[in-house]
Amino acid sequence: MIRLTDVRKAFNQGRENEFWALKGIDLSVEAGKVTVFRGPSGSGKTTLLTLVGCLARPTSGRVRLKDRDISGLPERFLTDIRRSTFGFVFQQFNLLKGITAIENVMIPAYPLGIDRTELSRRAHALLERLDIAPKARSNAEWLSGGEAQRVAIARALINDPEVVIADEPTANLDSERSKQFLDIVETLKESGKTVLMTSHDPLVCETAVVDRVVSLRDGQLVERGG
Amino acid sequence: MNSWIGKQRNLLDFTLSSLSRRRGKTLGMLAVYTSIVFVLASVMLFSHAIRREAAIVLVKSPEVLVQRMVAGRHDLIPARYLDAIRGIRGVQSVEGRLWGYLFDPSAAANYTLMVPASPRIEPGKVIIGDAVARARSAEPGDLMSFRAHDGTLVQFKVDGAIGRESALVSADLFLVSETDFRRLFGIPEGLFTDLAVSVRNPREVGKIAEKIDAALPDTRIVLRDEILRTYESVFDWREGMLLVLLAGAILAFAIFSWEKASGLSAEEKREIGILKAVGWETGDVIRLKMLEGLVVSLSAFLLGYLLAYAHVFHLGAGLFEPALKGWAVMYPKYRLTPFVDELQVATLFFFTVFPYTVATVVPIWRAAIIDPDQVMR
Ligand SMILES: Nc1ncnc2c1ncn2[C@@H]1O[C@H](COP(=O)(O)OP(=O)(O)OP(=O)(O)O)[C@@H](O)[C@H]1O
Ligand SMILES: [Mg+2]
Repeated sequence: MIRLTDVRKAFNQGRENEFWALKGIDLSVEAGKVTVFRGPSGSGKTTLLTLVGCLARPTSGRVRLKDRDISGLPERFLTDIRRSTFGFVFQQFNLLKGITAIENVMIPAYPLGIDRTELSRRAHALLERLDIAPKARSNAEWLSGGEAQRVAIARALINDPEVVIADEPTANLDSERSKQFLDIVETLKESGKTVLMTSHDPLVCETAVVDRVVSLRDGQLVERGG
Repeated sequence: MNSWIGKQRNLLDFTLSSLSRRRGKTLGMLAVYTSIVFVLASVMLFSHAIRREAAIVLVKSPEVLVQRMVAGRHDLIPARYLDAIRGIRGVQSVEGRLWGYLFDPSAAANYTLMVPASPRIEPGKVIIGDAVARARSAEPGDLMSFRAHDGTLVQFKVDGAIGRESALVSADLFLVSETDFRRLFGIPEGLFTDLAVSVRNPREVGKIAEKIDAALPDTRIVLRDEILRTYESVFDWREGMLLVLLAGAILAFAIFSWEKASGLSAEEKREIGILKAVGWETGDVIRLKMLEGLVVSLSAFLLGYLLAYAHVFHLGAGLFEPALKGWAVMYPKYRLTPFVDELQVATLFFFTVFPYTVATVVPIWRAAIIDPDQVMR
């Protein structure tokens, strides 16, 4: 489904503080599987996710999505692909403050021009599924960490993406909540989604739902598992 | 097409909700903006309306006015002066005018009494301006009576009211017949308030004035052009002063809006990042921010303009009294005739809505074109 060939990413290229966060990654991710990236802090996990998720472009190398080279596409197309193919759950959840949970969930769908009643029906169904429907009308900043994360997951799913990308999804949760999250991951997998996430957490890496753990160090792969 | 409309609707909805979640900032912005539009629009509406009034006054006033001066004061002018002036070459016609002021104790108001040349008014009848009609709640057919100079009662039957062409000219008018006028004030036949002269060739006005002055040394001659110049300079001076104030206000506004709009908070930058990360295009983000700017500036514009309109035309431009109402000495009480100039509205619109919207969009543009991967940090 996703194939990286010799992907490198430099920050501040050509300047004094040039830094290569990824130094030649070859990797392929199968559809419908759950893949976890792990590695020490600064090893390039987040950077890798941004490249896969079309949030950024590699400095060199190729990123292929379903046999289509997306590494060289202009911003507009990347946005299109991002919107239709990927759903993101950010580490800090990144909900917009001051508006309700359900509005946060609907935001990614606004540019698609979907009818509002249909949209809010869909958002409600998702919140229902994630067991957070009672909080639909709460403002985002009132939610607890676990609630905020589930709202963030609902937002990631609103455009029905094929791939869900989660960066450190359990870093802000206690172990109870982390288990709950992994249960959600399981249902996502059952519904045929591809899940990519990063984690330090051994609990995450060792769960049955995870199909593959990819280790990174200093911007390079140290592959294990499978 | 349908989805295009849906998209715009969704954007607008989201715009409104994001404005309402920054309620403090939005309301503050709206308040400052509204008051600036209010002041600008008030000045524009006021000066424009008053100039128009003045123009109407002047069109109706004669080219040359002759008043008799006795001991440095304006006095009644005898009819024989008429013949003297008629004899001067280049004079087309001379008319004796009768006018004055009448205090009406029951309404505590001053009326301007005049004897019009046409239409002739029958004795016992009166035609009134609309301010008079309002003050006395008089309608055609009603009777109004006044005490004449000798204490006798003079009664008038209201024959009609004059429409509001110009507040300054007609609002306080009280048009009566010559007979009644003379009886009311005790002015004998053969005396007039002043003389109105019209000339055959407008370019000779100056020369004719000199001739009148030579023939009738105890008169003062007032030329319409002079009045015009006086008015203009009065307006220009006052307007100039206001413009200086305005320039200051606009400058302050520009700085303010730049500060407010361009100083994107970290929070706003983060939000833009989030929107882009979840699949908004740069164009969508900019459209959203532009809509925000437009909603604020448009409502401020409408609100400010409506307030200014009410202020100028219904509350007598009360706030400008110190600056602009030297006028009021000449015309004790007036309400300006509402008058709106489209070009003026367009100008004001352009100078307020446009800069603000641009000031909002520029920094957003810069923020919106950065890569969205920052939100992952
Ligand atoms: N915009 C940037 N400019 C410069 N350096 C950057 C930038 N973004 C990331 N880096 C660097 O790239 C390296 C990899 O960062 P990345 O966030 O991918 O690490 P990570 O594996 O996700 O770490 P963590 O587990 O702490 O989240 C880090 O050393 C980081 O300092
Ligand atoms: Mg990271």
